[in-house]
Amino acid sequence: MGKFFAITILVIAILSAIPIVMHTWEAPADISTHGHLIDEQMSETMAEAGISFLAAQLLLAFFIWQFSNRGTETKLKSFPGGAKALVIAALLVVGVEVLALGVFGVKAWADVYLTPPSASAMPIQVQAGQFAFYFRYPGPDGKFGPIHPERINEGSQEFFGLDKEHDVESRDDIVTAEMAVPVNKEIHLLMHAKDVGHSFFVRELRVQQDFVPGLDVSLHFTATKTGRYEIVCTQLCGLGHYNMKAYLEVLSNDDFNEWLKKQAANQ
Amino acid sequence: MSMKHVIMAGLVTLTASAVALAGPAGGTVSGKVTYEGTPAKMKSIDMSKEPSCAKMYTTPPLVETVVTGSGNSLQDVVVYISAGIPDDAAPSNAAVFTQKGCRYIPHVLAFQVNQEIKIVNEDQTSHNIHPLPKLNREWNKSQPPGTPPISEKYDKAEFIPVKCNVHPWMHGNFAVMKNSHYTITGDGGAFSLANLPPGKYTVTAWQESYGDQSQEVTISGSETKTVNFVFKAKPY
Repeated sequence: MGKFFAITILVIAILSAIPIVMHTWEAPADISTHGHLIDEQMSETMAEAGISFLAAQLLLAFFIWQFSNRGTETKLKSFPGGAKALVIAALLVVGVEVLALGVFGVKAWADVYLTPPSASAMPIQVQAGQFAFYFRYPGPDGKFGPIHPERINEGSQEFFGLDKEHDVESRDDIVTAEMAVPVNKEIHLLMHAKDVGHSFFVRELRVQQDFVPGLDVSLHFTATKTGRYEIVCTQLCGLGHYNMKAYLEVLSNDDFNEWLKKQAANQ
Repeated sequence: MSMKHVIMAGLVTLTASAVALAGPAGGTVSGKVTYEGTPAKMKSIDMSKEPSCAKMYTTPPLVETVVTGSGNSLQDVVVYISAGIPDDAAPSNAAVFTQKGCRYIPHVLAFQVNQEIKIVNEDQTSHNIHPLPKLNREWNKSQPPGTPPISEKYDKAEFIPVKCNVHPWMHGNFAVMKNSHYTITGDGGAFSLANLPPGKYTVTAWQESYGDQSQEVTISGSETKTVNFVFKAKPY
């Protein structure tokens, strides 16, 4: 019985490792400049955790095989040094592994969040609200007009509560329901939530950012491949969370300028 | 009883029945609702987050907060008798409010206090209709595609903005009326309120962005009185 259990453990461990090693479920192609760091981090984590997992399961299977159905004469070996030594060893092994992953992963995080965007990055404001994302481009004056929350009126498409009558900088702002960016251009996202917590996630861009109400979050990225990608909300925000998404269009420079002109005409 | 009395009684009876048989024809108040100045530009609606609705349009639909018509007319204006007439019992038929193409049809639905309203979802997506009253009870209801109409009613007269919790661009209005003398203007801005017994009335016109205006009118018989409303359009 014990030996059968040992074999079962081995089989389950190997079967579950196969799709990971064979890359059966690959992440979609990376279209960002920083994405490869995140993908490498992911591979390293899977490798380290995977090897540790297999080693642990192998050891477990071995001990079960060896010591199941033992008579009373066979004495169990104990960890050299006793229980305290075992705990310290476990802490060291796991601790070092986790620390290593953290240290080597810092660059991936810092590249997106801790390095400032370059001066020529294109700013786009993102507002997440139940249950849609809306975007704002600053227009030719390069400035975002002030937001007046009491003027927000979704029925008349005034999503940001702009006062174009009194605020001059708001007059050329371009508010859209889709986010378009030129390819190979650094984008500086300025993100806030209108109501509750939301999250902005584009798989291919390797960008995921929670919106905490009251916080202004900033991140930057550069998209490297044209195409249409989904922006989905990945933080449960209410009954329409399942339906909350927008589309990201990565366009050539010319196509982007044309798109922006068309959007400006609809303001 | 003398012959003179009989003849008098007969004449009185005939006159009385003639007046009674004439029926409730009453007078009519009619006119036009127009605007002066420049109304704000109605933006087009981007429904890309709901592809099942977006694909129903070849050109994106426009916001309907101010709908103008030929000859500087205003559409979707509710014109009604706000004073001078007693309340009416609710009719037995239901007023229908449809969600189609991720829009509310009609944009303004007028019905009476305690009249049944039926909310229908003809789209392939779920909606969550959320009227925002100040006097009546507030509720919101989810309606997946293919589910039966929602039946509701309101017991207080009020103008109620309506939104969809799932689709932020969806916007409409309920006009809950106290009596049966109301109408909504179409293209041309014309309105006509008929069957008004003699009396002094207040006619009110309500537009969701421009507010309301009232005028007094007196009906003495079965004449038609003209009342026009001119709203000041706001460019922003």
